[in-house]
Amino acid sequence: LNFCSWEERRVRANDRDYNEKFQYASNCIMTSKYNIITFLPVNLFEQFQEVANTYFLFLLILQLIPQISSLSWFTTIVPLVLVLSITAVKDATDDYFRHKSDNQVNNRQSQVLIGGILQKEKWMNVRVGDIIKLENNQFVAADLLLLSSSEPHGLCYIETAELDGETNMKVRQSLSVTSELGDPNNLAQFDGEVVCEPPNNKLDRFCGTLYWKDCKYPLSNQNMLLRGCVLRNTESCYGLVIFAGPDTKLMQNSGRTKFKRTSIDRLMNTLVLWIFGFLVCMGVILAIGNAVWEKEVGALFQSFLPWDPPVDNFLFSAFLSFWSYVIILNTVVPISLYVSVEVIRLGHSYFINWDRRMFCSRSNTAAEARTTTLNEELGQVEYIFSDKTGTLTQNIMTFNKCSINGHTYGEEQHMRVQALDFSAWNPLAARDFCFYDQSLLDAVMEGEPAVHEFFRVLSLCHTVMSEEKSEGELLYKAQSPDEGALVTAARNFGFVFRSRTPGTVTTQELGKAVTYTLLAILDFNNIRKRMSVIVRNPEGRIRLYCKGADTVLFERLHSCNHELMNVTSDHLNEYAGDGLRTLAVAYRDLSEEQWEEWSEHFRGADKATDCRDDRLAAAYEEIEQDMMLLGATAIEDKLQEGVPETIAILSLANIKIWVLTGDKQETAVNIGYSCKMLTDDMTEIFIVNGHTVQSVREELRDGGKEAEAPPPSLLESISGEFALIISGHSLAHALEADMEREFLETACACRAVICCRVTPLQKALVVELVKRHKKAVTLAIGDGANDVSMIKTAHIGVGISGQEGIQAVLASDYSFSQFRFLQRLLLVHGRWSYLRMCRFLCYFFYKNFAFTMVHFWFGFFCGFSAQTVYDQYFITLYNIVYTSLPVLAMGIFDQDVPEQRSLEYPKLYEPGQLNLLFNKREFFICIAQGIYTSVVLFFIPYGVLSHATQSNGVPLADYQTFAVTTATALVIVVSVQIALDTGYWTAINHFFIWGSLGTYFTILFAMHSSILFNIFPKQFHFLGSAHNTLGQPVVWLTIALATVICIAPVLAFRFLKLDLKPQLSDTVRHTQLVLQKKRKPGGRAGRGVGGAGGSRRSGYAFAHQEGFGELITSGKNMRLSSLALATFASRHSSSWIDTLRRKKHANSPGDRLLKIQLCHHRNKLHFKIY
Amino acid sequence: MMASSYNAKDEDGHHPGSVGSGGPGAVKSKKPDNTAFKQQRLPAWQPILTAGTVLPAFFMIGLIFIPIGIGLLVTSNNIKEFEVRAVAIATSYCVIRALCSYTAPRTKDFSNVFMYYGLSNFYQNHRRYVKSRDDSQLNGDKSSLLNPSKECEPYRTSDKKSIAPCGAIANSLFNDTLELFYIHPNGSRIAIHLVKTGIAWWTDKHVKFRNPGENNNNLSIVFQDTSKPVNWRKPVYELDPSDPDNNGFINEDFIVWMRTAALPTFRKLYRIIQKKKDNMTPTLPPGNYSLEVIYNYPVRSFDGRKRMILSTISWMGGKNPFLGIAYITVGSVCFFLGVVLLIIHHKYGNRNNNADIPN
Repeated sequence: LNFCSWEERRVRANDRDYNEKFQYASNCIMTSKYNIITFLPVNLFEQFQEVANTYFLFLLILQLIPQISSLSWFTTIVPLVLVLSITAVKDATDDYFRHKSDNQVNNRQSQVLIGGILQKEKWMNVRVGDIIKLENNQFVAADLLLLSSSEPHGLCYIETAELDGETNMKVRQSLSVTSELGDPNNLAQFDGEVVCEPPNNKLDRFCGTLYWKDCKYPLSNQNMLLRGCVLRNTESCYGLVIFAGPDTKLMQNSGRTKFKRTSIDRLMNTLVLWIFGFLVCMGVILAIGNAVWEKEVGALFQSFLPWDPPVDNFLFSAFLSFWSYVIILNTVVPISLYVSVEVIRLGHSYFINWDRRMFCSRSNTAAEARTTTLNEELGQVEYIFSDKTGTLTQNIMTFNKCSINGHTYGEEQHMRVQALDFSAWNPLAARDFCFYDQSLLDAVMEGEPAVHEFFRVLSLCHTVMSEEKSEGELLYKAQSPDEGALVTAARNFGFVFRSRTPGTVTTQELGKAVTYTLLAILDFNNIRKRMSVIVRNPEGRIRLYCKGADTVLFERLHSCNHELMNVTSDHLNEYAGDGLRTLAVAYRDLSEEQWEEWSEHFRGADKATDCRDDRLAAAYEEIEQDMMLLGATAIEDKLQEGVPETIAILSLANIKIWVLTGDKQETAVNIGYSCKMLTDDMTEIFIVNGHTVQSVREELRDGGKEAEAPPPSLLESISGEFALIISGHSLAHALEADMEREFLETACACRAVICCRVTPLQKALVVELVKRHKKAVTLAIGDGANDVSMIKTAHIGVGISGQEGIQAVLASDYSFSQFRFLQRLLLVHGRWSYLRMCRFLCYFFYKNFAFTMVHFWFGFFCGFSAQTVYDQYFITLYNIVYTSLPVLAMGIFDQDVPEQRSLEYPKLYEPGQLNLLFNKREFFICIAQGIYTSVVLFFIPYGVLSHATQSNGVPLADYQTFAVTTATALVIVVSVQIALDTGYWTAINHFFIWGSLGTYFTILFAMHSSILFNIFPKQFHFLGSAHNTLGQPVVWLTIALATVICIAPVLAFRFLKLDLKPQLSDTVRHTQLVLQKKRKPGGRAGRGVGGAGGSRRSGYAFAHQEGFGELITSGKNMRLSSLALATFASRHSSSWIDTLRRKKHANSPGDRLLKIQLCHHRNKLHFKIY
Repeated sequence: MMASSYNAKDEDGHHPGSVGSGGPGAVKSKKPDNTAFKQQRLPAWQPILTAGTVLPAFFMIGLIFIPIGIGLLVTSNNIKEFEVRAVAIATSYCVIRALCSYTAPRTKDFSNVFMYYGLSNFYQNHRRYVKSRDDSQLNGDKSSLLNPSKECEPYRTSDKKSIAPCGAIANSLFNDTLELFYIHPNGSRIAIHLVKTGIAWWTDKHVKFRNPGENNNNLSIVFQDTSKPVNWRKPVYELDPSDPDNNGFINEDFIVWMRTAALPTFRKLYRIIQKKKDNMTPTLPPGNYSLEVIYNYPVRSFDGRKRMILSTISWMGGKNPFLGIAYITVGSVCFFLGVVLLIIHHKYGNRNNNADIPN
């Protein structure tokens, strides 16, 4: 048995004692890292894995060796302890929040069947083998085996958005033996045993067996409810817990998040390495100097200064001096650099969290920076990969326009008039339905037959289920939002679909109840692109109602429709131009004979065992002929607010946007148009749709050639914009090693790229491809679990929050609730963060070089003995007190141009993408400036003080005076420099800059006071220096001189740069501040919607699944009460659910190819992500 | 000096109460506070470098620095300084009396004259040298007196007695004696009175350095368990037996030496020649002077040099032409830079005044 438990899992229902033997994980999840006891050791261990921390520890140890120690130990330990404790506090807070969220999840309530009674239990107390009850819209608490449900036949509907991102509802069915155990009493007696696979992360697979009453029942994924799903349209259901807590597929799928680093981070690390190299060089030079000095001078000087005991020759002395210099020069890369960078990023993250303009009041969610270490990279984004559904669109379909009998309704009103009020005359109207064209309502009232017939089609030809909780409270359960929108439209215009049985459809037509006999549903599929119903009305007339893609439908119209077809076609073009999803609607009258004949034919096809699908299709084809066109509908796939504007601004900022969607090509293209990514001005749109390697390659090559060919004329080069649309199965080929370059080049030559029908994995692969080859910063934005992989892969992942699914948000680095906030995140916060970080780094390296290099010059005058120039307290405090806050304030608050301007002039974003503000060149300029400053700071006091005396005759050339003078000059110079660098002086900046100077003098005088000296005479031996030095006018003249020499060239250089080659930001700032001219915002209005665009009319753009027609006619999903009237038994006893599953993966040969591809890639991804 | 504008950004049109359902008991809005800080709208001064601010700044610097420089230079030139180089003529470690006479053509000067000794190539700023002292011993701490700090090695103990004062600095105390004589035209030598106090920092003399043993005036008892530094000829309590306030650790020559120099070439104040009380006769009347050096201090071994300097003092200290010249140079360069920038600005610059902002 023990051996078996490794291989398989055994769960017996309602038997905790038995299940306990296996010690399965409980349903308690723990994502936190520490507890109170383990925190300190574990956290310290983690922190010392950072190279920087270990390095400083090493320095500390060096300093404890007296022969080497050139600085006292506290100069290193104070900052190190500070850093370690700040990080520890941050880690502790993070972990505290993790504890809190764990607690929140673990303490959710669920109803568990214990001893035959339903009891409220916390999630974490749910055990494997428990039976729990779920109610509608509840999250599934653990991976459950569905036992029974309130719906007939043990069916239940779930939404798996959080798991795989698919928003379609899915059907799960319990085993028929268990579905009969309706009520808790029976379930409490249930003692079946499930033997199944061990926990794994495969979402679409489950195999196991149920042993109950000496029978074996196979179990599949179809019987499982996974943790993270939400129960929909199902009153309640019961499930047996199979996997709990960390064993659930959801938790098994949440791999360790990879730690993301920004490009500035990487650059900084490189630079720090270079600086270490530089430091070693300095050390070597000074050590050589030391060797020479000790040999030439020191050896003779021994009568006054003998070597320390272990040192017996100049080489050993040089060796020690090398390490001594490593210690005193290490301040070029002080530990506070890393802390300050983190603090600044944290500040920027808070600004993102606090931004009211990124707050969505509808969902009451503010933007959230979930990762605090990536902010400046937001200012460098070049590629955005966006999901479509839920990100660009709201996944809400609205009935927007229609064309009936050659007349178009619902034209865009310039002034938004009041939405029509339907409730007045139609008590059954849905409240949230909006339509603005009164004329359509008038037409219905006037009883225009075509209009009536039009809405009749909409109310009859669909697979929607209705539910009427109380009289007039209609609730539609549509499996695709498009259908829901159409039926709702019909409902509001007086053709209310009320209920259906397998054989009838009951509607209320303008207040009159009518029951149609449903003779047949000619179901939708991808090839047919249409669906029809055949109904017999109360008068006995038989009619076929059909709706479908216009291209398909127009071929099957009666010839007398020619004229109407042309008019409707024009309307359809117009709708498509607006990015609406269109459908054509038609009907056909059938005589009794025709029907009889066809139904005979149909039954034959239906019963056929071989080629049933083909024969059915042929049968459908036969009847859907000579139809009469009624009109067309246009459904708006509602975009999120402000999407076209955002995309327009982002593309002006030179950011390329790729849409990666699991949706169909038609839908994706539609959205492309409606959010203005695709326009009619585009030179060409390449559609890559090949199923084989060869065809994909050819299509790509054609596109690539055309896009890269030199434009034949000037005109062409201006308007020469291309777009690429590629489908998932082609992408599988395009992403192969030998073709990816080609794909990437073609794609990058295009202005817009849309990938449709891509799997979550492919999304990640596309992002990975761009990341790898383009060396550009990528951002992925999505809302569903299917976007998680790409969110994790991209440099920056953004999750859309405020919807139900939180998987994407959990995996993301930033989250907010509206796509349009992206422009603010990038153009305002990202740009500022980048600017601030760059300015911060430039200044930081500058100030530390200026500070440290003085020691180097001093080395030549002190026998290379590693004597410091400054007081050791000054060295300790310089980086953490005297100069840290002003630069932090600049790094957190600086702004070059106001936020409105950076949105008005998206071009301001470009320096970040080109990495102009901080790169190796800028770094060397900073370093050079720092070294220059250090030269001035050493040699000016040297020149002045070596001969100067106080006004009482005492020479000023003593070491302590020199130290105080240099230190004061240094503090003043770097303060002036930060003042020059700060572009936005808030009160805080003032406070910090003046405060730092004040603090410097205060601490200086305090440290040099006799009070401290009397307490610790050995520690504070600079007694009286401040007083004696700073009282001398010569010293102040020296400081002023050094400051001017340091700053004047910088000022001149900056002025020249500003005057001769102003950057855009300088110009905008200048315009803003000096000229104060009111400028109108730049022309960024969306392009006008182009006219003809026949090629892109949407087809039957349903997010629709085949098989629902059959489900209805089988009566499987009807409630028993409504089935009572049903006279005929289900014709295909269980085949429908197989069809449903089978049809989901259409079986074209290309798709099979795709599957092989996918497996291949999945393995790859395993290596990459986990 | 910079164009500026206080820019309190206009309030964004914030919509009060635009929160969700909004009814009583509705979910608390998570809408961030509308404070200037959180919305990054803090009022701020936004300086900007323009021709109108930068160019005047350069001219101002020029106009301020040049006069200061001239003033400094003139002051410096008015200071009389007289230097005697290479006092040492003999080999080290033999006590001789160096007798040299110099003609010092002093003009009339009625202020104090300061007498310095200078050493070159002497590394008082060497790390091991600098730290080789015990400040708490020098501050009169009894326990440090008998048990000096480890930093003093190898001048910490001698003959199993602690050294007072310990350390390399004290051990290498400059111990030449310099005397100055005025050679009267009639041939007689008049010794110039050299004041040996008031040459150290007040804080050093009164706070930092203290003799151990509180008010015990008999320093030889206080220091009885200690040994003199190796190089010294007499113990610390015999540095100036004539004046108890200038003896032991608070001997000013000692204090001055203990204040280590920043650079290997340095000078230290040795004596002060006080001005005549009547303010009528110059401190050092013009004529011939003779400098007598009791040569104790060996510098030849490390190629060092000794000097004696006589100097007067102004408000800005001693003679220091560097500062004046530097000020004049920097002032002129800034002025010149201002002119160049002005020309560049007029010829090529500033397209951003009326430039169209490319979008």
